[in-house]
Amino acid sequence: MKELRLMKGNEALAEAAIRAGADAYFGYPITPQSEVIEYLMAARTEDRTGMIVLQAESEIAAINMVYGAAGCGKRAFTSSSSPGISLKQEGISYIAGAELPCVIVNVVRGGPGLGTIQPSQSDYFQSVKGGGHGDYKLIVLAPATVQESVDYMKLAFELAFKYRNPVMIQSDGIIGQMMEKVELFEQMPRLEPDYEWATTGKKPGKPSTIVTSLQLESEEQEKVNHRLQAKYREVEKNEVRYEQFHCEDAEYLFTAFGSSARITRKAMEMAREKGIKVGLLRPQTLYPFPSKAFYDLADQLKGILCVEMNAGQMIEDVRLSVNGKTRVEHFGRFGGVIPNPDEILKAFEQKIIGG
Amino acid sequence: MTEEIIIAGFGGQGVLSMGQILCYSGVMQNLEVSWMPSYGPEMRGGTANCTAIISDSEISSPVLHTFDTAIVLNQPSMDKFEDAVKPGGLLIYESNGMIRKPRRKDINICVINAYDESIKMKNTKVFNMIVIGGFLKIKPILDMEHVILGLKKVLPERYHHLIPLNEQAIRKGMDIIQTEHSLN
Amino acid sequence: MAENLIKPENLVYKKSGIMTDRVLHYCPGCGHGTAHRILAEVIEELGIQNETIGVAPVGCSVLAYYYFDVDMQEAAHGRAPAVATGIKRVMPEKYVFTYQGDGDLAAIGTAETIHACNRGENILIVFVNNGIYGMTGGQMAPTTLIGMKSSTSPFGRDIKTMGSPIKMTELVAQLPGTYYVTRQAVHKPANVRKAKKALKKALEYQKLNKGTCFVEIVSNCPSNWKMTPVQSNEWMEENMFPYYPLGDIKLPQDENKK
Repeated sequence: MKELRLMKGNEALAEAAIRAGADAYFGYPITPQSEVIEYLMAARTEDRTGMIVLQAESEIAAINMVYGAAGCGKRAFTSSSSPGISLKQEGISYIAGAELPCVIVNVVRGGPGLGTIQPSQSDYFQSVKGGGHGDYKLIVLAPATVQESVDYMKLAFELAFKYRNPVMIQSDGIIGQMMEKVELFEQMPRLEPDYEWATTGKKPGKPSTIVTSLQLESEEQEKVNHRLQAKYREVEKNEVRYEQFHCEDAEYLFTAFGSSARITRKAMEMAREKGIKVGLLRPQTLYPFPSKAFYDLADQLKGILCVEMNAGQMIEDVRLSVNGKTRVEHFGRFGGVIPNPDEILKAFEQKIIGG
Repeated sequence: MTEEIIIAGFGGQGVLSMGQILCYSGVMQNLEVSWMPSYGPEMRGGTANCTAIISDSEISSPVLHTFDTAIVLNQPSMDKFEDAVKPGGLLIYESNGMIRKPRRKDINICVINAYDESIKMKNTKVFNMIVIGGFLKIKPILDMEHVILGLKKVLPERYHHLIPLNEQAIRKGMDIIQTEHSLN
Repeated sequence: MAENLIKPENLVYKKSGIMTDRVLHYCPGCGHGTAHRILAEVIEELGIQNETIGVAPVGCSVLAYYYFDVDMQEAAHGRAPAVATGIKRVMPEKYVFTYQGDGDLAAIGTAETIHACNRGENILIVFVNNGIYGMTGGQMAPTTLIGMKSSTSPFGRDIKTMGSPIKMTELVAQLPGTYYVTRQAVHKPANVRKAKKALKKALEYQKLNKGTCFVEIVSNCPSNWKMTPVQSNEWMEENMFPYYPLGDIKLPQDENKK
């Protein structure tokens, strides 16, 4: 029997984490994602599954608690919104460097600085291009519905442990705050794994386990970097996810991720009603980016409009992907302003058809 | 069928829960739904609004700037959302505290005095249920049976004994809503 | 001659099995080596090697995980108490300790220290205070004494512009979450014995789940104080101890009543 519920994106994420068998959550309140920790606290997770929920003194402390728990091989996650994610970047870099699995949720709001609490997608660069210091990558999942928030939370833990890499779920104020119908998956057991890389107490006769991102010799650090890069190539080979609408006969293409893809889809439908052959490509993974899908489509296209709630971030990856084969333009509203389908269609007609 | 609704009023009038009840009722009736609140400082003592979309097909954008129906419960909301009603759409307003009447002639306009009615029912908390009743009278997109199921989902179990009262309020709203301007 | 002496019956000291064979990178005369040794001995004596998870800081003891033969995690600068919180919360049956210097614990990690103590995390925090940043080359620490010279206070620490040295141990003793708070030294055999006792008590208390145990070890830094080891220990006694007096600051409630 399907369990259908009407849930807020943030609450759905939290419920999905419990059901995915998460061991620990560490977080700090910030709008528009505080419902995650509120939901977890109200859910009495320690009674329900034994999952630990702790309100930390800061986002910095929270991500370092995740580091500690992840270092023990546990399924740990944290959530925040843009300014809080900036604070977490140090810890995220250490987690990536120490190759620990964890999930980080960013319910993006407008920036820079304290910015606004309204929805935005201006953390694309921060999530996809690094954010913290050093050559590392996060696997970045971008849900566009509350249902995907649920599904991606489960997927995020799977990928994190498959690659021993931090996975970011990049949501935003719309997805986090809106309520939609969701189908929840069955409660999964909390695992009691004993990974050889995890600090769970030294095993007799075996060397002690060390979780660290430090190398004293540059040659050793280079080896670490090579290993990381090899892992990222594997991720790029195996984990690209995207969705296409009406791309078969498309002469033009919209592209957008997350909530703006929902709004853009409406603009696409309006354009199709006018007889314009336009499709929509929605990256579901921002890293690894669906570069090949764009490249393969590019030959049939007269132009691509990249719609983002930012000043133009994903467009750089779209342009790199099509490698000059077709024109790529950007339309964005930002600072917490949400674009509407009419203005997207207008921008498309001006910049792509008329441009 | 796709019904795109904005509900707006003061914080405390039950604006957000009205949207949730409509949406959960939609879930119970096997429809697609989406509910999106305004959030942040504007919620604190000021105006609140939410978008509710109920449809028999997949919902693309959860964020809208024009609506099939606007339900406005105070003057600032009337000022903000009267123009957001699609031509031929519906505006429902609660008459208490309204200084200016709607001026559009290209939409249907209904008025409901839910506040006075809730006082008559000796429970001002059912105010928003009376408004929902009025809306469902004009736009019968949801069956009462599914609304009751939706209510059961939204209300914590300790309030389930109040469901008959809420049903009564919905029926009262259906009775008292009046059409002020009709395109038909 | 010397070879004849190397016989089991002549053995007067053996390093703890919890210390690895790696050569310590600490400067000659530095207190870290002794502090490591007694902590290792305590872990050995309690028989908890396989149940102990340590957290190394950033600072001179950043490589502590090379020397302790227990599972360890390397934390970002100042974050050891948060990392230890994460570990202890998911593995409450393990013994968890952090080993931190003054820059790590009392400057960049002040919030993590205070809040781990305030929550009463059932961990041991070992705080080695030598009043200077050792690893980065002798810059002023939050615990640098008034008038003390460092590379970033070349004319001595000036209260007006640089503030006063912070007494973290007294500070955390105020918090209800701490169970046992003490200040020790490791420059003389008597002090070493006391410090070791303190560490042992602290780890034993961890089983009780009564709160954070906090052991400060006032130590020296011959290299950056620019003294010989002996001079540095004398200077420490004359200057550090008056400001950072040794002794227990907070004893478990029931022991106080005795």
